[in-house]
Amino acid sequence: MKELSQERAPVLEALNRYKSMRVVPFDVPGHKRGKGNRELTDFLGERCLTVDVNSMKPLDNLCHPVSVIKEAEELAAEAFGARHAFFMVNGTTSAVQSMVMSACKRGDKIIMPRNVHRSAINALILSGASPVYVNPGVHTDLGISLGMSLGDVKQAIIENPDAKAILINNPTYYGICSNLKAITELVHKHHMLVLVDEAHGTHFYFGRNLPPSAMSVGADMAAVSMHKSGGSLTQSSLLLINNDVSEGYVRQIINLTQTTSGSYLLISSLDISRRNLALRGDEIFQGVADMAAYAREEVNHIGGYYAFSRELVNGNTICDFDVTKLSIHTLDIGLAGIEVYDLLRDEYDIQIEFGDIGNILAYLSIGDRKLDLERLVSALSEIKRRYAKDKTGMLSQEYIKPQIILAPAEAFYAESESLPLEQSVGRVCSEFVMCYPPGIPILAPGEKITAEILEYIQYAKAKGSFLTGTQDSLVNQIRTIKER
Amino acid sequence: MELWFTEKHTENVTFSIKVDRQLYCGRSDFQRIDIFESKEFGRFLTLDGYMMLTEKDEFIYHEMIVHVPMAVHPAVKRVLVIGGGDGGAVRELVRYPSIEQIDLVEIDRQVVDVCRKYLPQTASRLDDPRVTIYYEDGLKFVRTRENVYDLIIVDSTDPFGPGEGLFTKEFYGNCYKALTAEGLMVNQQESPFYPVDAIAMQRAHKRIVDSFPISRVYQAHIPTYPSGHWLFGFASKKYHPVTDFNDSKWETLGLKTKYYNTKIHIGAFALPNYVKNLLEEVEPD
Repeated sequence: MKELSQERAPVLEALNRYKSMRVVPFDVPGHKRGKGNRELTDFLGERCLTVDVNSMKPLDNLCHPVSVIKEAEELAAEAFGARHAFFMVNGTTSAVQSMVMSACKRGDKIIMPRNVHRSAINALILSGASPVYVNPGVHTDLGISLGMSLGDVKQAIIENPDAKAILINNPTYYGICSNLKAITELVHKHHMLVLVDEAHGTHFYFGRNLPPSAMSVGADMAAVSMHKSGGSLTQSSLLLINNDVSEGYVRQIINLTQTTSGSYLLISSLDISRRNLALRGDEIFQGVADMAAYAREEVNHIGGYYAFSRELVNGNTICDFDVTKLSIHTLDIGLAGIEVYDLLRDEYDIQIEFGDIGNILAYLSIGDRKLDLERLVSALSEIKRRYAKDKTGMLSQEYIKPQIILAPAEAFYAESESLPLEQSVGRVCSEFVMCYPPGIPILAPGEKITAEILEYIQYAKAKGSFLTGTQDSLVNQIRTIKER
Repeated sequence: MELWFTEKHTENVTFSIKVDRQLYCGRSDFQRIDIFESKEFGRFLTLDGYMMLTEKDEFIYHEMIVHVPMAVHPAVKRVLVIGGGDGGAVRELVRYPSIEQIDLVEIDRQVVDVCRKYLPQTASRLDDPRVTIYYEDGLKFVRTRENVYDLIIVDSTDPFGPGEGLFTKEFYGNCYKALTAEGLMVNQQESPFYPVDAIAMQRAHKRIVDSFPISRVYQAHIPTYPSGHWLFGFASKKYHPVTDFNDSKWETLGLKTKYYNTKIHIGAFALPNYVKNLLEEVEPD
């Protein structure tokens, strides 16, 4: 057996060996290497279907890895500087949930910024833990929520010495980083676990001159979306652990909710992408950072737009900025981010990651070409020429401090009734309301519905944001906790 | 031994020219560039295996993309050519003494260098003092210009590969912005015949119609392009290509042409019904 090194891809190699054995399948999946579903095979390709296989001895088992998946996970752990890496096939959502559920039991407290992804609050519903929110603050001009300041984290710890863990975004959707190192050291002094949502931070582990990664500063766990900047297939992800976190216990937690039929398409994509990043990540992300820098310069040259970057860093709530992100403030041309987002797609056939009230985010990766960037910049220039208007009356995003009446789990399972949105002021909601993307809740279960929040929801709707989270798919009705 | 150049015009149709010898083969940052010598068509240039021009029939394309707009606009002084690194469009343009400035924007320097060396028939006038060559992305170049040009000629490759940005709405919009109040734009607009080309042709038309108040399409017969039936777009802020066309004025210039004449000018805008239908499908009601 060859020595294990980053040039290897154990799952890929095992799948290739398995293919060459021409094994006759009398096991699932029932499409039998695609032969049983011609249309699907024609669409996805035979090579794809021949490796859509079941767990078996030569290919290991994701729920309890002992051979090739184990080796691939060891290589991933080495590449990311973690003690262990778990391959995840239910999305980074399940990695975030597994982190929270590993750290907190029913009734435990966890400190987190309010601008977490819905998956983190969903984890609180599943585990029954209670959130202690730290106000992430909002950039007054840009209207984007920021990182947590060290002082606010300290305050939260002093007020909640019994909290079990803290959850940190590294970075936020927009590329904003908190002072991860200082927060980790502080939190460790108080014997809490540091959990890091790195859904947008895979590249921090490989690029140079990028903000520090969770593992590099000694955080305990991190959820890493390999399928975003890492290049693996959608839904594949990594959960990294460090320090004294028990590998066996975390695996049990993961197996509570993760499929027992882990897809080898996803697993092999993690293995192949890890190898690519370990061998070439440095140069790949330098290329992405260069493209982003070029695009920012060109966009800022148009005027009216503001493509922001490291100049925002204030040492506290913006401790660092991910320069591979192309985030653009649009309010000064009189258009909401979501309006620019819609125009780009409907008028110019350009799909960007998301637009919110005041900003858009274009996701850049190694798959991008310079000539496509020119299209984006030119389209933005055209949108300004054709659609720019006076910006009075444009709402900027503000941090609306949530009033938490009940823990999310308690509120979610409480007896509730459906009310029209406009009649819900003053009630406690039992479900989420959010714009998707980015999937950061405007309201989470257990929070009080205020007039201010309703105004924001109505504005986001009017501007064309895609609202989701409620049972009512049109988000006209909201479930609130029954009052006696 | 027989050596043949073959291009797939569709999945099921090929077009072949017997090649005498290959004069050049190279790969630039953007594409593969080849020059062949043939008995029937003389020298010809291909990019990524697609026919760009032959010495035998390039006059049709270059005359039609230049003389049609030049005969409509009464006073063209500044011209922008996007693509067209072979120099064919420039060769026709420099014949007009009234033109003061010709900016050629070609993304691929190597195309210009190779054409200068192997295709003097088209490239020989690139050194005219009125010509400035910019080796840049056309989309980027035009984005930075406003109210500058009387005429923009979009002499692009096909809408896949390095030329794809030149078939987009943002590109046509930026061209509109770069033109003067009386400016006009012509573009090569693919063929209506085979479905894949026809879809590209329709998409381009739709986007131009969205961007310009006057938008018409004209045709020519180019033997070495797929189906031989080729279209050009004529987009304008003010002048109509037929009703504002001054044939006697153009005649007085005394330019000798092999394909273009003032009767062809009018006739080229008369389109077959199936082409009219394709265009109407994407025009607003």
